[in-house]
Amino acid sequence: MTPEQGRKVIEVRGLKKRFGAVEAVAGIDFDVWEGELFGFLGPNGAGKSTTINMLVGLARPDAGTIRIGGIDCSTNPKAAQHLMGVVPDENNLHPELTGFDNLCFCGALYGMTRRDRESRARELLGRFGLTAAGNRAFGGYSKGMKRKLTIAAGIIHSPALLFMDEPTTGIDVASARQIRQLIAELNACGTTIFLTTHYIEEAERLCQRIAFIVNGRIVRTDTVQNLMRRTDGRHIVQFTVTGGAGRLREAVMAEFPTLQCHAVSDTEIRLESPEFVRIGPLVRLIEGCGAAVIEARLMRPSLEEVFVEITGLDADVLKREQERTRGGGGL
Amino acid sequence: MIAWIAFGNILVKDIRTYYLKPPNISWGLLFPLVWTGMFFIRSGSGVDGLPTLLPGVMAISILFGTTSLLAVTVTFEKKGRSFERLLLAPIPLELLMLAKTAGAILFGVANAFVPVVMAAFWMDLSNIHWATLLPAILLIAISSTFLGLFIAVSVSEVFEAQTFSNFFRFPMLFLCGLFFPVSQLPSWLRPISFALPLTYGADLLHGAVNGTARMPVGLSVSILTGFCVLLFLASLGMVRRRWIL
Repeated sequence: MTPEQGRKVIEVRGLKKRFGAVEAVAGIDFDVWEGELFGFLGPNGAGKSTTINMLVGLARPDAGTIRIGGIDCSTNPKAAQHLMGVVPDENNLHPELTGFDNLCFCGALYGMTRRDRESRARELLGRFGLTAAGNRAFGGYSKGMKRKLTIAAGIIHSPALLFMDEPTTGIDVASARQIRQLIAELNACGTTIFLTTHYIEEAERLCQRIAFIVNGRIVRTDTVQNLMRRTDGRHIVQFTVTGGAGRLREAVMAEFPTLQCHAVSDTEIRLESPEFVRIGPLVRLIEGCGAAVIEARLMRPSLEEVFVEITGLDADVLKREQERTRGGGGL
Repeated sequence: MIAWIAFGNILVKDIRTYYLKPPNISWGLLFPLVWTGMFFIRSGSGVDGLPTLLPGVMAISILFGTTSLLAVTVTFEKKGRSFERLLLAPIPLELLMLAKTAGAILFGVANAFVPVVMAAFWMDLSNIHWATLLPAILLIAISSTFLGLFIAVSVSEVFEAQTFSNFFRFPMLFLCGLFFPVSQLPSWLRPISFALPLTYGADLLHGAVNGTARMPVGLSVSILTGFCVLLFLASLGMVRRRWIL
């Protein structure tokens, strides 16, 4: 579905938020359409969580307007809370309550009757593979289980609009994969999802449209398809060598000035070209410099490259940041 | 209807999770017992002195029971972020804060009756003016709870809430006419007494139990009600300013 065929579920205009001297959000504009899975991407401290907090009513904008489901929430942050579900970046359920009681309690906060919330809680525990743990206290759950129950709590009342703040951060690979699958399923069933993440691969895989936010400013909003067009016709080859990638980079750039060359690590160099890259001469050059080529791989251009190109951020810094917060939850 | 389902469930959850836990019995049973025993021995007037002690012990039971638990039900949940879940719920902030405090108010009222039940074994309760006593207990419970709420939303840590509570609670024990009249205080301390809600609550209790009120009932009820409204509005303002940034 194209956004233009649906109606706007979120409309944000000129949104600003400042904490003391820090301008966390510096006048952003965007729309999210009904049924869309909208990604909000940026490095840590870019303003993602502040934006989501303003959208869900946990923070007050300094300026700008927010309309959710057509309701103006700029002055009354609670006006549209009945339309939305929220999965925060940190688990915020009651540690002393069981998984089942936590879900029922969250259902009650949205006015669900006892029968409805109990049957929905059982359904969600089953869907997330938590039935056996349903009668155990939430405080005793593993990280992955806590995350799943927090997501279940966010959708207990079947909201039309779901905000998910870094849903797969800090959990194991299997749980992260299961959560991504669930996000895709929810969206396929018609739930509009606003997803903030700094895992670019996750956004690329799940989202239809993406906004890049850096230093509180949206630098680009577009469909994943359009964003990826920037990489059309680009050919990337990555060599794994025995060492001295920095020195090899200099040699390659001197010999093949039309190629863009980056040392990814001490044993990896990446070459980019608008034309096909001929491997043979490069292997000979590298081996001539005293290093052995262990592997040469043709790489698919990724959204990460687009992100780096648009935002001007250092890809290595971004990668290190992702690794630091990943906790095993990679793709 | 949505809001009232939420209200009821927040209240029931808090009662089950916090107020019915065995350690809290110390506030309801042990604390009044210890205070009664202490003043009973100190007064040396035997069983005849119980009617004069009863209002003070009731007030202390309410004050400590309510203010102590707000630090847990509000500050602890804020620290653990589970309070955020409540702020995300589509219910007005006023009703949400009433739901979070309703358990403490009920707990305070129940606490007040522990010394009354204990006193029933030793003294004649037929002279008590219940029509004054019951609203007095309720108003003291509400004002103490809202004082606890104000403290709980003004700080970030549970220990801060506990220690900050004592900053109000302990002076109130001596300044509010619980065990000796405000008129016996040095004149420079009396204005402080009249700035504290418990002074008016204690006076109502003394009037209901012993007929020794020093202020008209209507005046004490009005001032105590005013304190309740003021403390609740101040707490709401604090939540809006500090928690909904």
